[in-house]
Amino acid sequence: MSEGYDIDREKLREVGIELDPKKRSATFIQQDQEVRNVATFYEGVEVMSIRDAMKKYDWVKDYFWRILRRDQDEFTKEADSEDVNGYFIRALPNVKVEIPVEACLFLHRARTQKVHNIVIAEEGSELNILTGCTSHPSAVGMHIGVSEFFVKRNAKLSFTMIHSWHNKIEVRPRSAAIVEENATFISNYILLNPVKLVQMYPTSYVYRNSRAIFNSVIVALEGSVVDSGSRAVLKEPGATAEIISRTISKGGKITARGQIIGESEGVKGHLECKGLILSENGDITAIPELIARKPNLELSHEAAIGKIAEEEIFYLMSRGMSRDEAVSAIVRGFMEIEIKGLPEVLKRTIDKAIEDMKDAL
Amino acid sequence: MLRVVNLSVEVNGKRILKNVNLYIKKGETLALFGPNGSGKSTLLNAIIGNPAYKIVGGRIVFKKVDITNLPTDERVKLGMAMSFQNPPKISGVKLIDVLRYCAKLSGNQEKIYELAEKMKMKEHLERSVNLGFSGGEVKRSEILQLMLMNPDFVMLDEPDSGVDLENISLVGKAISELLEREMEDRKKAGIIITHQGHILDYVSADHGAILYNGKIACIGDPRDILDQIRKNGYEGCLTKCLKDMI
Ligand SMILES: Nc1ncnc2c1ncn2[C@@H]1O[C@H](COP(=O)(O)OP(=O)(O)O)[C@@H](O)[C@H]1O
Ligand SMILES: [Mg+2]
Repeated sequence: MSEGYDIDREKLREVGIELDPKKRSATFIQQDQEVRNVATFYEGVEVMSIRDAMKKYDWVKDYFWRILRRDQDEFTKEADSEDVNGYFIRALPNVKVEIPVEACLFLHRARTQKVHNIVIAEEGSELNILTGCTSHPSAVGMHIGVSEFFVKRNAKLSFTMIHSWHNKIEVRPRSAAIVEENATFISNYILLNPVKLVQMYPTSYVYRNSRAIFNSVIVALEGSVVDSGSRAVLKEPGATAEIISRTISKGGKITARGQIIGESEGVKGHLECKGLILSENGDITAIPELIARKPNLELSHEAAIGKIAEEEIFYLMSRGMSRDEAVSAIVRGFMEIEIKGLPEVLKRTIDKAIEDMKDAL
Repeated sequence: MLRVVNLSVEVNGKRILKNVNLYIKKGETLALFGPNGSGKSTLLNAIIGNPAYKIVGGRIVFKKVDITNLPTDERVKLGMAMSFQNPPKISGVKLIDVLRYCAKLSGNQEKIYELAEKMKMKEHLERSVNLGFSGGEVKRSEILQLMLMNPDFVMLDEPDSGVDLENISLVGKAISELLEREMEDRKKAGIIITHQGHILDYVSADHGAILYNGKIACIGDPRDILDQIRKNGYEGCLTKCLKDMI
């Protein structure tokens, strides 16, 4: 166990939390409803608990429930409570911080961890965030995480979330982003370990000449139920979206969703949903949806679910790999998604997380 | 080195090869001709152990070991390798990763970059194997893999098709080296499938054979057979071959 937390450093590292000022521009750790650690090492980046942010700036409340609705469902209603906590992360205008901010949400004794996060990349700023969510092995309960992202004009925000839960945890993230003119929002999601249930459908509203990119790599082990997707609403000309998911079922049940809605002419979106079933009890449903509400736009999708092709296994075996080595190389390859526009440190963290996951397969 | 006895092979329940017999000694190279669909690729795939090609009769003996039921990786460890006519594209598995495995077989790790450079594949090392490679690049990558494996028995399935004029001599020389064709005391042996025979301008072969309708129909000097095929087509060549035999 590390100082002050009921969580060991190894587990933190697994979800990308390094606690190292050389590798991170700020650190935020919340256990159950309580913030345990906040430190900022970089000028121009504000990181604090949402409770402190409300005290510091009276405008923060205007960002609360601005993109999401309080009464969206029973989970948002439950999160809309007095004792909610979470992080407030903001890059000041034109501040460009390549080194990621790290934030950890850790569930231990709470029946329900209620989190409301506000992230703001002010005009012209660049911000990279890594959120690691995990639980104590003994924890039983639910995590409800409401997150609202504001990517202002000409700003760029990358948000990478690594989940590593235990099998008695139910997870209900509720998040949405506004991506203003000429801005970029990159959202990466990695689900590593067993979980009872994850259900989420984050949505981006994408404005003129801006981009939203969603990547997810999900592994569902025996007993896990994952219903996850990403949605992009293209609101103005020049808006683009790219949603890429790789799902692997090793006995778990996965619903991989994706939706791109073209609400304006001159928008472009692509959805790519690939699934691999590695065990007899595996179960994957892919539901890609494209909705066009104007002429002159370009939406496409590509969905495929399968098992590993015998021809590929044979080919690698003909180069000296054993059958197991060939299967594992192909599965590793399947999870390899090229994520553009991320700083090296973050890429390394993601690669490491995926590497850990591959070892478990 | 390799003996194929009464080999019958099925693909998707359809009999493709019928009682094929073949004997290749150390130091020998066989050029295998035949029209499209005659079963040339099927023969090599059966020898290397592709599970899609089901052996329903006969045996394959390699270096005195009956390999008829061995998995592919074990056949490869005994010293055989094949370059494929149409290898699969594997997303996310990089060429360099595949090459490392190839080199492990021969202990040639330190030669990966040198040989990749030689085969003009250095730019492709970090790319997914065969994905988006041109026809010629696929062939150069296949030969490069074999060079690193350095097998005793080399099988090449149409190594020349899709290779442009500029690169055909590069590929030809590499194959000639793989088969030790320039050496007096050859230890290597192999089979080259060639549709048009271009590769034979660069690689000498000891024998030629035509596979026709799933059977070895004609054996002779590879240049003679090729001349006959070019002049009279496969049918003409087979007729002449039968006459010569009588
Ligand atoms: N993987 C396969 N699936 C189905 N049919 C195949 C497959 N491979 C070969 N065949 C069939 O077997 C026959 C011989 O094919 P092949 O050995 O590839 O011929 P060649 O290499 O001489 O052109 C053809 O009729 C071809 O359609
Ligand atoms: Mg063929």
